[in-house]
Amino acid sequence: METNRYHRQILFAPIGETGQEKLIRSHVLIVGAGALGSSSAEALTRAGVGHLTLIDRDYVEESNLQRQQLFSEADMEQKMPKAIAAKRRLSEVNSHVKIDAIVGDAEINILRQIVPETDLIIDATDNFETRLLLNDIAQKYQKPWIYGAVVASYGVTFTVLPEKTPCLQCLQEYIPANGATCDSVGIIQPVVQKVVSQQVTEALKLLTGNEAALSGRLISFDLWKNEYTEIEAAALRKSDCPSCSEKRSYPNLAYDSRLKTAVLCGRNTVQLRPQRKHADLDEVAEELKKNKQIKLFQNPYLLSFEVDSFRIVLFQDGRALVHGTMDQLEAKNIYHRYLG
Amino acid sequence: MKITVNGNGLEVQEEVKHIKGLIDFLELEGKPLIIEHNQQILQKEEHEKAVLENGDKVEIVHFVGGG
Ligand SMILES: [Zn+2]
Repeated sequence: METNRYHRQILFAPIGETGQEKLIRSHVLIVGAGALGSSSAEALTRAGVGHLTLIDRDYVEESNLQRQQLFSEADMEQKMPKAIAAKRRLSEVNSHVKIDAIVGDAEINILRQIVPETDLIIDATDNFETRLLLNDIAQKYQKPWIYGAVVASYGVTFTVLPEKTPCLQCLQEYIPANGATCDSVGIIQPVVQKVVSQQVTEALKLLTGNEAALSGRLISFDLWKNEYTEIEAAALRKSDCPSCSEKRSYPNLAYDSRLKTAVLCGRNTVQLRPQRKHADLDEVAEELKKNKQIKLFQNPYLLSFEVDSFRIVLFQDGRALVHGTMDQLEAKNIYHRYLG
Repeated sequence: MKITVNGNGLEVQEEVKHIKGLIDFLELEGKPLIIEHNQQILQKEEHEKAVLENGDKVEIVHFVGGG
């Protein structure tokens, strides 16, 4: 072990040499590499977690730079997938951490392969559909996961421990209705750091064998309004919960929750996952070049083209983002017009 | 009457009699809220029965989705 690198963290008595060795043997999955994911990935990389897996379906855009700390203007200009850009930056920060970057949706088949190998999942997603999926897969494989979410100057976080705390499904009645989370009220960067500092501290406790120090509480705060709230969550556990009780059936795994189309929150963008995968990106690009009206951009991971007031981004895994509309039908029509 | 909501003191008028009244006063009606009244988590149907008194502590948490 490079003792100097982690010297200050090892000096911190609750971690010490033993805790640091545990960290180095740990594998953490971070789902989402936006604001929360960037920040917690950097913190865990600096702390010396042995193995990180990042999943993200998006690429870097200008409006991300205000709060997504791993990304640069060059990443934005090159439209780098966030998972890839994050991995590059993290490898510069700490070359000893093994980092796996997955460009795609956190969908059930991918999670089934990764989650059994991990010690912990950090939630950095932007939607409850994925969180409920994470919740059930974490329950199934008995892994802890740490919910975190932010909007405006407000943040909320909770650590879900199998067999010990309520799970997200226990709290289902408190999940806002579909779409209600697509607030267009913006966000300030410090609230990201505050949620992440909570999430990463809980992660360090779990990974270094300090479970007794975990908060056990549902924590929320509004930095602008100077509010801070903690609620003892144990009483919210449901004895008949379909995800964590003895009668469990994992409802969020039972059906393939992958939507064929999804509207991305506050982005004026629709994601399409066509039944039939398009041809490889080079072939699609060749075909599109015949139309002189179309402005093309390509990198090794995606192909982007502009036409009328829309921009379409195709990924290697077959997904397409249609920017410039929130209308799923319109997005499909545009997709079929140019990609068959 | 003075109560504490999410760690901050709040002066409320006579007509705010119970938790439900407080939710209306704060214009949070209709939102799914986790509410703790003097360290006791309340079910939704208890909001009207939970009478507020001077010095009470109320914690209100709501979930958000952004990341
Ligand atoms: Zn549960």
